[in-house]
Amino acid sequence: MGELRLMKGNEALAEAAIRAGADAYFGYPITPQSEVIEYLMAEKPWERTGMVVLQAESEVSAINMVYGAASTGKRVMTSSSSPGISLKQEGLSYIAGAELPCLYANVVRGGPGLGTIQPSQADYFQSTKGGGHGDYRQIVLAPASVQEMADFVKLGFELAFKYRIAVLILSDGVIGQMMEKVELFDPIPRLSDEEVAANNPWATTGKKHGTQRRIITSLDLDSSKMEQHNLHLQEKYRKIQENEVRYELIDCDDAEYIFVAYGSSARIAQKSVQLARAKGIKAGLFRLITLFPFPGKEMEALCKKGVKGWLAVEMSAGQMVEDVKLSVRGCAKVEHFGRFGGIVHSPEEVLKALEEKIIGE
Amino acid sequence: MSTITLEDIIKPENLVYKKTPLMTDKVLSYCPGCGHGTAHRITMEVIEELGLEENTIGIAPVGCSVLAYEFMDVDMVQAAHGRAPALATGIKRLWPNKTVFTYQGDGDLAAIGTAETIHACNRGEKIVIIFVNNGIYGMTGGQMAPTTLPGMKSSTSPYGRDVERMGNPLKITELVAQLPGTYFVSRQAVHTPAAVRKAKRAIKKAFENQRDNKPGLSFIEIVSNCNSGWKMTPNDANKWMEENMFPFYPLGDIKVDGQLLK
Repeated sequence: MGELRLMKGNEALAEAAIRAGADAYFGYPITPQSEVIEYLMAEKPWERTGMVVLQAESEVSAINMVYGAASTGKRVMTSSSSPGISLKQEGLSYIAGAELPCLYANVVRGGPGLGTIQPSQADYFQSTKGGGHGDYRQIVLAPASVQEMADFVKLGFELAFKYRIAVLILSDGVIGQMMEKVELFDPIPRLSDEEVAANNPWATTGKKHGTQRRIITSLDLDSSKMEQHNLHLQEKYRKIQENEVRYELIDCDDAEYIFVAYGSSARIAQKSVQLARAKGIKAGLFRLITLFPFPGKEMEALCKKGVKGWLAVEMSAGQMVEDVKLSVRGCAKVEHFGRFGGIVHSPEEVLKALEEKIIGE
Repeated sequence: MSTITLEDIIKPENLVYKKTPLMTDKVLSYCPGCGHGTAHRITMEVIEELGLEENTIGIAPVGCSVLAYEFMDVDMVQAAHGRAPALATGIKRLWPNKTVFTYQGDGDLAAIGTAETIHACNRGEKIVIIFVNNGIYGMTGGQMAPTTLPGMKSSTSPYGRDVERMGNPLKITELVAQLPGTYFVSRQAVHTPAAVRKAKRAIKKAFENQRDNKPGLSFIEIVSNCNSGWKMTPNDANKWMEENMFPFYPLGDIKVDGQLLK
């Protein structure tokens, strides 16, 4: 059993980064995720593992430090919250085009604009539909506990290198700020420079005599080549869709009504399932772990087993609900419920919405 | 007088100039008369002469030199507009024993990338920045740059740069020289053989500083022409540069071994 600690989600993410053998973290403070860089600076991972930690002058600069550092083939990451993540979109688009592996976390707060520092899940569209310019995707992992804030760092780095892609840990102000028991995985040693070079022949290490040099770029002025590159990217995303879908079913075996939720909304909806069952309503929870790839086929298959209605529960005006509708393709009624702008819905409100919007009619 | 044959010319003892193998054979995308080709060549010659090529990573900008990675035969990364110093920071922090340089134009470095430039300089990142200043946005068709001189015409200052309306040109090289993180700051040109020799010496010193792990960033500005953007012949552009650009952007070392001159 790994080391047990009581930690904030943000702290667990930071500690997990050190333990996952991360080579560098580049960040910029923003509420509610500043504990990530604060924890790292206090912990001095450069003494523990040799990990680099640098506070950049902006989120723009931090993601471009990640872009540069990722080109070396090493394990690099950043984190921020919604307004800062918007600033990172330029760099993320370049990272997608240049196919570099990296990990980043968004501890989402309410928007639009400066919005609020309270929790939100209103960055779903930005996270799953591209975010920056161009046709691209990124793997999105949605932790619903402090434990998963830690575990998804390790998983995220594995997926990032498996596919040479940016992996986003899409958290929110609740998961980032709350404290829970967490079992920390045992530290993985950082790779040596020789191992990094051997594992990543594409990475910039300096052109050795008589070898092919490495160019990291997202540019090709020849449109036919750029189309080929885009087709290659789409094929990669298809493979990810095929192989990396992750979700959790809670009380869905006999469920007539299913809540679909991720992150802190899934924790809340889990309580709503209990409240519903106590009233004799056969409710279940479809908890999304990966938002891209979205478990659409799995959702449709479950729907055909006799689900009467779905309630998408998210702290937004209704974003994920669109993907639920596209997935079940009219098999059953789909509605959305969520408080937003920094308000967190209660389990009772969620159950009431199920009764009124789905069961009532 | 005996006839000189091709066989005589190609004898090794008659060799007076050889293209550095660190420049690829790709045809340069620059306009005839542009200084970029020379600036590329002397940068690559320095890397070759110092024997750094196997451990060098360069960063290409956005602008006329966006395709620098096609011509410079070392490992290269192409950055977003203005972000090259941030990329270089990330790479140098993870490969502290390798040589990292950026190659940027004036729009890239002194407008959209001002924050990245100033903070990389101020942190004293142990990298080299080669900054080519031709006072205009060449790639996009000759728009006003942060470095366009007062009164100078461009497609977005067609009646000349009116400083009251459009602001003043930015002397970013003097600015970064003031920062404690810069170790060597020099302004050079590449329009005459003598200027090229001086510029190459400055670039060599910059790369030596990085090789020797000197405390801080080495920043070389090359004041260059843009005959296409300035709507002049190459010769006229060079003359105009000497008469107008050099008085505003005077050539020479500004900071050496961490000490401001003057």
